[in-house]
Amino acid sequence: MNLFNIIEEIEKVDPEFTDRISPRRAAIKNITGFGSKVAIAAMPFAFATLFKKAYGETATIPVNDVLNFALKLEYLEAAFYNAGAASALSFSTLEKSYVTTIQGHENAHVTFLKSVLGGAAVSQTSQGTAGIYDFTAGGTFSTVFTSVDTFFAVAQALEDTGVRAYKGQAPNLMGNAVALSAALNIHSVEARHAAAVRQLRRSRGGAGATTKPWITGANDTGITAVNGNYAGEDNVIQGPVTITSLPGVGANISVNAATQSFDEPLTMAQVLPLVTPFGVK
Amino acid sequence: MKTETLLERESASLGRRSFLRYAGAGLAGVGILAAGACKKDEPGDQYNSGAIDIGAQSDFAILNYAYALEQLEAAFYTQVAANMYTGATADEVALLTDIRDHEIAHREFFKAALGSKALQALTPDFTAVNFTSKASVLATAQAFEDLGVSAYNGVGYMIKSADYLTLAGKIVSVEARHAAYIRNLLNPGSFADSTILDGFGMDKVSTIPVVLKTANTFLKTKVSASAYGYTA
Repeated sequence: MNLFNIIEEIEKVDPEFTDRISPRRAAIKNITGFGSKVAIAAMPFAFATLFKKAYGETATIPVNDVLNFALKLEYLEAAFYNAGAASALSFSTLEKSYVTTIQGHENAHVTFLKSVLGGAAVSQTSQGTAGIYDFTAGGTFSTVFTSVDTFFAVAQALEDTGVRAYKGQAPNLMGNAVALSAALNIHSVEARHAAAVRQLRRSRGGAGATTKPWITGANDTGITAVNGNYAGEDNVIQGPVTITSLPGVGANISVNAATQSFDEPLTMAQVLPLVTPFGVK
Repeated sequence: MKTETLLERESASLGRRSFLRYAGAGLAGVGILAAGACKKDEPGDQYNSGAIDIGAQSDFAILNYAYALEQLEAAFYTQVAANMYTGATADEVALLTDIRDHEIAHREFFKAALGSKALQALTPDFTAVNFTSKASVLATAQAFEDLGVSAYNGVGYMIKSADYLTLAGKIVSVEARHAAYIRNLLNPGSFADSTILDGFGMDKVSTIPVVLKTANTFLKTKVSASAYGYTA
């Protein structure tokens, strides 16, 4: 018998979830709130240990640190698309619609993370120079707001890196199911964005013509300045399994398919140097 | 705190209703659930219905759940790529063949990783799909990809092993890339629209019962998850 399962089921009928969605509330308040709905005293003694385990675990990295890391990346992305949408870049109608759709999501992610973090949220003005980023990354992408190709190349790198960053933080949120699920639900949206931007680059032709919605090998952008953003994406060994040793159609799974079919995580320490040139602190 | 809370923010009525249906009214159901969680079922157990069960609550059950979905997707794209729909462009052939290979990689990965704990091979039922029709194939593909994303996201918090959680994360983002590509093929710009996202720009999740109910409509071999409140 798994008591955790029972707790999960009980919570399905606990209507006070909106109160508890915020990690700011002390764990003890969660328990009290829960107890008001269920006669906790009548439950087996085992539940006390259970709650301690459920709410008392301290992650290696505090949840708020993980969420603030995510918030910093979302601030960057939101500002990037806000600037792109407001720029004189000559997007096609379809391209502009992609930009505004993604812009809306990134700003919504900022709103969500700020609301969850409350007073613990880092301020946007703490980033860049009084909140202003350098999207040329110190001149590396000098045409970011004058060339649509450059803009989407930077967008692709930011989205793919965002996917890797969220993926890398998932294990750090295992003690907090709500925060973990929220991170996962943002993570997959960043992947949708990445694929959509990659598709745009493919359809625009030129340097991005061979770009696929998925990542092939390591850095498949054709831009060496973002090698670090794709380091390790060429991994073909997943857990105990070498993907290229598995049967595919007519032969073993190819290296390309093996790398495309699994996206790789990055740690916080790996991500921060990649976004520091833009002004993330 | 558990994810059901977040989940219900997005689909309160559905989650509540399906819970109440199997648990009985309100907290009276706790006893029933406790009994359910005590079941000693193993992956692959056949119940009277002939369905395959993913087994008692565990990481292996979650991985087998994913394995079942990947089997379904791989079988679907294998059939798509073997006989492309009328009017497919070279680009569509190339990228849909890529997706086939990804789903096969996922299926074979789970089969290898689960070893003796792996569910049996499932027999699909694609009679509802018209494989010569672009609209039919892509609508089915979109449904599978969105379902896959919402399924992985919905069980992430249940995974006890950090390694398995990371592996699920490595796969779900690729499913999301597929979903975005297929959606844009069908309807440019719909890669992350409001039918699948909530008001915070976040993917909505689906519970195991909701996912399996849909998946089973494309499976001759039905999949159950009795320990998670769903029997086919």
